[in-house]
Amino acid sequence: MTMTQAVEPLPGPTADAAVSVRDLTVTFDSDAGQVVALEQVTVDIPAGGLVTMLGPSGCGKSTLLRAIADLVEPSAGAITVLGKSTSEARQARDFGFVFQDATLLPWRSALDNVRLPLEVGGKASTVEAAGRPEDLLKLVGLTGRESALPHELSGGMRQRVAIARALICRPRVLLMDEPFGALDEITRDKLNEELLRIWQETGTTIIFVTHSIPEAAFLGQKVLVLAAHPGRVRELVTVELPHPRKLSMRDTVEFIEVTAHLRALLESC
Amino acid sequence: MTSLSDSATVSAVERKTRARRRAWNDRLPPLLAVVGIIALWQGIISVFGVPTYIAPTPGEVVSTLVSQAPNLWKNFVPTALESLTGFFFGNLVAILIAVAFVHNRSSERAFYPIAVFINTIPIIAIAPILVLIFGNGFTPKVIIAGLICFFPTLVNMVRGLRAVSPQTLDLMRVLSASKTEVFWKIRIQSSLPFLFAALRIASTTSVIGAIVGEWIGSNFGLGALIIEATYNFRSPLLYATVLMAAAWAVVLFSAVSFVERRLITWKPVSEH
Ligand SMILES: Nc1ncnc2c1ncn2[C@@H]1O[C@H](COP(=O)(O)OP(=O)(O)OP(=O)(O)O)[C@@H](O)[C@H]1O
Ligand SMILES: [Mg+2]
Repeated sequence: MTMTQAVEPLPGPTADAAVSVRDLTVTFDSDAGQVVALEQVTVDIPAGGLVTMLGPSGCGKSTLLRAIADLVEPSAGAITVLGKSTSEARQARDFGFVFQDATLLPWRSALDNVRLPLEVGGKASTVEAAGRPEDLLKLVGLTGRESALPHELSGGMRQRVAIARALICRPRVLLMDEPFGALDEITRDKLNEELLRIWQETGTTIIFVTHSIPEAAFLGQKVLVLAAHPGRVRELVTVELPHPRKLSMRDTVEFIEVTAHLRALLESC
Repeated sequence: MTSLSDSATVSAVERKTRARRRAWNDRLPPLLAVVGIIALWQGIISVFGVPTYIAPTPGEVVSTLVSQAPNLWKNFVPTALESLTGFFFGNLVAILIAVAFVHNRSSERAFYPIAVFINTIPIIAIAPILVLIFGNGFTPKVIIAGLICFFPTLVNMVRGLRAVSPQTLDLMRVLSASKTEVFWKIRIQSSLPFLFAALRIASTTSVIGAIVGEWIGSNFGLGALIIEATYNFRSPLLYATVLMAAAWAVVLFSAVSFVERRLITWKPVSEH
């Protein structure tokens, strides 16, 4: 049911991995001296997979995601994305990134926010391959609200717009940093189900950071558990629940076993 | 969802009357205040028998506005032009310098202290210097009006151009956006609320700047008229002139607010 990364160190980048992280160490210089955010992290994210990331606050989840997206410079180690370096992957528009708050431009309508990636970055080739903004809003269930400004939308709707924007260039890797953290539980459940549907429709690789154990177990094929101080891989837990998943599966014995295991791991971090 | 459909059932007519009533309720208190102050003014002068050369009654001011209309207008036009030109160039220069500061930090480090220093010199003290250099024409007045607008706009514009959340910048980096794209797609729009806050201040101070410029050895403009009326104890004319200057400042202020409402239809997104 589980496998521990630390016991079997992987050799070079694996061929079928979408994202392959090798001995990644990230340190920050702060006023209080050097902070080791991540130490010797090695993990493979399979192509087309959905991996969720759990860990105590400050264990480096965001840092790992940002390093993959080329927003943070690794101090040591290597990251390969689809066989390319992170900056090549970024320039080829292989990433979609969804932040904790939607980060919409408040002066742009929902539709124009979704269109933003097509207007910047000078990537004519990806623009051709991209979807139509209207279709993306439909995919996230926002047909009819195209011309609404962000302040006229609810938090859940804004997050849907952000997901549509992240998907418009058909990214091969979707990175999500606590995207539903600020939402109420019912909205979150609904968006979780929709995210699984979108994942299956698009075949995108998804890395999803969350603080919620049930969310991590419900969404993930695998759950990457990180330990803090310094941030390192605790365990990569496989969730043996079939897809497509239903919210009712959260009441099954398997699900409860996985969440209990995850909780025990987090408590020992 | 239910609250949405509830409010949809409220008829359009009812909503319109409600909006009209709200607008009326908004305007009533200031209107009453103005009427009250004018009545008080008239009352105090009649009760205490204040002579006209010390303070005129509202009636005398109004009749002067009519009888002196050509004279007032002749002096109003240069003041209006000076303040408008000063407003335009002062703010334009401030905006351009703010863009340069945000684009290049070392230019900010070099020139920001100078800007602060110029701002600390009282405008009243700069005015004679400028009159000595540029003579008695329009130029020194325009420069003073522009100078008075310059600093608040510079400070606000720099702040506005920087008022972009780190997360938005991360988003633009993930999209491999260039600095120019970040400027045109993000920074300009984020700076607009800050810019208009400064322009509203500048709309009234530019009139003050023009008038202060006209106080020093000038023979035209509302500022010169104020000096002349004061020295000759023509207090109804003095009050009428001040009223004209104030009205012009209100016009400029309203114009700025109007453009602002047209341009900024969005609100910042508050989480929760
Ligand atoms: N830009 C930075 N400068 C200095 N230190 C940083 C920076 N970014 C992150 N850190 C530090 O690195 C560590 C990991 O931070 P990170 O944001 O990745 O944690 P996290 O797991 O995402 O936490 P949370 O669950 O609270 O979001 C923390 O100790 C944090 O203080
Ligand atoms: Mg985080």
